[in-house]
Amino acid sequence: MSMLLDVKGLTKRFGGLTANADITFDVKRGEILGIIGPNGAGKSTLFDLITGFQPPDAGEVFLDGRRITGLRPDLVSALGVARTFQKLKPFPDLTVIENVIVGALARTAHMRAARDAALESLAFVDLLEKRNHFARELSTGQRKRLELARGLATQPRLILMDEVTGGVDQRTIPGLVELVLELKRRGVTIVTIEHNMQVMMRIADRILALHAGRRIAFGAPEEVRKDAAVVDAYLGSAADAA
Amino acid sequence: MSRDLIIQAIVSGLLMGLIYALVAVGLSLIFGLMEIVNFAHGEFLMIAMFSSFWLWFLAGLDPLLSLPLVVAILGVAGLLVHFGIIRHLLSAPMLAQVCGTFGLAVALRAGAQFLWTPDFRTIANPWIAGRVQIGPIFIGQPQLVAGAICLLAFVALWLFVTRTETGLALQATSQDRQAASVMGIPTDRMSALGWAIGLGCVGVAGSLLSTFFYIFPDVGVNFALLAFVAVALGGFGSILGSLVAGILIGLVESLGGLLVDPSYKTLIVFGLYLAVVLVRPNGLFGRF
Amino acid sequence: MASDQARMLEAARAEPLWPRPPLWATLAGAAIAALLLVFPFVFTATFHHHLLILICLYALMAQSWNVIAGLSGQISLGHAIFFGIGAYASTVLFAKYGITPWFGLLAGMFISALAAIAIGIPTLRLKGHYFAIATLLIGSSVQIIFQRWEWVGAASGLYVPIVRAQPWLYLQFHASKVPYYYLALGAAAAAYLIVWKLRRSRLGFRLQAVRDEPEAAASLGIAVAKHKVLAFMISAAMMSVAGTFYAQYVLVLDPERLFSVDISIIVVLMTVLGGTGTLWGPALGAAILVPLSEYSRIWLGGTGRTIDLFVYGILILLICMWRPAGLLSLFEERIRRRGGQR
Ligand SMILES: Nc1ncnc2c1ncn2[C@@H]1O[C@H](COP(=O)(O)OP(=O)(O)OP(=O)(O)O)[C@@H](O)[C@H]1O
Ligand SMILES: [Mg+2]
Repeated sequence: MSMLLDVKGLTKRFGGLTANADITFDVKRGEILGIIGPNGAGKSTLFDLITGFQPPDAGEVFLDGRRITGLRPDLVSALGVARTFQKLKPFPDLTVIENVIVGALARTAHMRAARDAALESLAFVDLLEKRNHFARELSTGQRKRLELARGLATQPRLILMDEVTGGVDQRTIPGLVELVLELKRRGVTIVTIEHNMQVMMRIADRILALHAGRRIAFGAPEEVRKDAAVVDAYLGSAADAA
Repeated sequence: MSRDLIIQAIVSGLLMGLIYALVAVGLSLIFGLMEIVNFAHGEFLMIAMFSSFWLWFLAGLDPLLSLPLVVAILGVAGLLVHFGIIRHLLSAPMLAQVCGTFGLAVALRAGAQFLWTPDFRTIANPWIAGRVQIGPIFIGQPQLVAGAICLLAFVALWLFVTRTETGLALQATSQDRQAASVMGIPTDRMSALGWAIGLGCVGVAGSLLSTFFYIFPDVGVNFALLAFVAVALGGFGSILGSLVAGILIGLVESLGGLLVDPSYKTLIVFGLYLAVVLVRPNGLFGRF
Repeated sequence: MASDQARMLEAARAEPLWPRPPLWATLAGAAIAALLLVFPFVFTATFHHHLLILICLYALMAQSWNVIAGLSGQISLGHAIFFGIGAYASTVLFAKYGITPWFGLLAGMFISALAAIAIGIPTLRLKGHYFAIATLLIGSSVQIIFQRWEWVGAASGLYVPIVRAQPWLYLQFHASKVPYYYLALGAAAAAYLIVWKLRRSRLGFRLQAVRDEPEAAASLGIAVAKHKVLAFMISAAMMSVAGTFYAQYVLVLDPERLFSVDISIIVVLMTVLGGTGTLWGPALGAAILVPLSEYSRIWLGGTGRTIDLFVYGILILLICMWRPAGLLSLFEERIRRRGGQR
């Protein structure tokens, strides 16, 4: 059986800057693939290329054996790929439940069915209580969970999560980790960008490490963590920051 | 079609284009500073022309003499608009910003009609009148003087923005408001200054225009539309871009009127806007 | 914990699908509806009929603008185009070919929707300000074209030929304004019903998603460009209906007035005043601004011809500064919160 997601040689340039250089990796059905890399490594750009928000300059993307390179975002979504945004994009003037209903409407045109699915999704991320608040009133952590619920309501096969635990209250992280693991148990394949190495080591089945637009390591979490290039990349960027 | 006619059209298009450019640069400056489109821009041009008119009618001041006064009036109006209105709109959604300045435009136009009737007025016997013959072509003297002063105003504006400290701060604010603010530039005061200068430019244009153009409450509408086109062509926030685009529009308008049909010249210019925004959504030139 | 969740989920499922307005609002609405139905018999002065006809037509026009701006977030400043198309389509068909305005109504809606596609496909991908300016310019251009177009009477416009037979077929009522009133009321009611339905449909939700955050909408499977054009088409067709009825009402087509930027602006002002994106905001805006303008014209006579616009302008400016979401938005938001927090 083929891989669920197959990425071959993806390349993206912004003017002189190469944000993604010849990135190749694959995602197995049902696994959690983690993506790590220092700031500006090109992680979010990779998501944009896969989901059609940016056209790649070279390379191919296959979903379940089907070529989806450069397909429009809405068509990618229709094939069962959901994503969250690092810079959160809730619908501010809709209520929480209305936000999620928009996602659920990807699967049904029936409003009651969509509402019930949306409630389910909200319960899953533990945001049911806030369902009648306007999205603009939520905290960052709540908005992240809203975005997750909204994506999940489209019933994806594959979800791409961009820093779900970034910038949220430390105490809510274990809950978010549980949530991701529960998703995996339900059979959703997950690709997650994560700066928190502890979280990453706990959840990831495999890890892809990027640095300056290049793939520097790809494999089992323990191996990637010990990989010399990865250690260098992080030490290097830490030294730059200092 | 004789060559002389074409040269005539080029010269008069060029002169009118300079006025369009001066109106446009104010719009452009304001947008560059705060990302607000001043939909009342044409109405301020109308106010400038009426100021000129009343200063002539009531005090006997020739428009050229009262020009500094009109510029001052418009500059103060710019400050008032900024502090009284625009600052309250900055954090509002875009719709409110558009409708806010649109509301101002409607009120100013209707107010002018109410106070001064919709009649067309002219300033009789201005100092500069008549036309000169240069070779085969005739140029209205007021237009010639207006073009020259517009060009001077542009040079002054350019020197101010590129050579003075305040001007550089203005430019910095326009390029990156946040960074400018971090560098200690009082960005709010820069915006106020932008409004004062922007409407000051309109003041110059209005004074000059009043010497050879009809003065009536709706006069600004068409100039504003052309200014939108100029700014879109030149890029929001770009001074040189406005100049080039203004002249281009003047030329397209007069040549288009000559070669096609005068009544369709506006359509040609509007078509130009659509062509440009669709192909190059950020205008032909960058910012500043 | 888990059972808590399950219980909360059950409770949430049991809630009605749509939030209910408070009782007093329902009663007030019913009273207004009843009053509107019997209005011409209570107030018999022709002027009052005229006033209500204009309110209904403007409420319809403002709602049309609300669909494109309030639901899908695109600021059109050239909506008079579709008003004019509606008026011209029915009148040309009737004056030149003797076809009933009822068919002209449909033809106008169809042509307006086509025009919306032609204008929308290139321009709707422009960012906010650029789209607004583009529609403003296209609006002026269309006016210029109609003023020069000999076949439709150029600048002097067209007249609707007077017919006294079969008033309901030809939509001409010379004895009384009351039939016009019921037509306008019916058209407005139909429009509000459709929009009410639309806002509770998949399409309505998707339009609002596109309005709020186009990229997020795309990530949820929504074809953003297609939805914007669709909203523009619906909006244009609605505007066109008002144009057709207006033409039948005044019987004179003046391109200067039909395509004027004032029409484009007034529908914006009404909607913004009442509350952009709300269902009843546009109607409220029309109910406030139409009488304001008609009465100021009467009281101030010729000199007051523009004082109404002056007051409009100031009113909108103040609304934008202090209540940018319009009069009804807070009320509607409270309903959507379902009596919850805040
Ligand atoms: N639209 C764009 N235009 C120009 N440059 C861009 C664009 N998007 C991203 N970049 C650049 O590409 C590089 C990679 O950015 P990207 O957002 O993919 O990094 P990242 O790994 O997600 O970083 P972070 O951890 O900070 O989120 C950065 O240098 C960024 O500045
Ligand atoms: Mg990122």
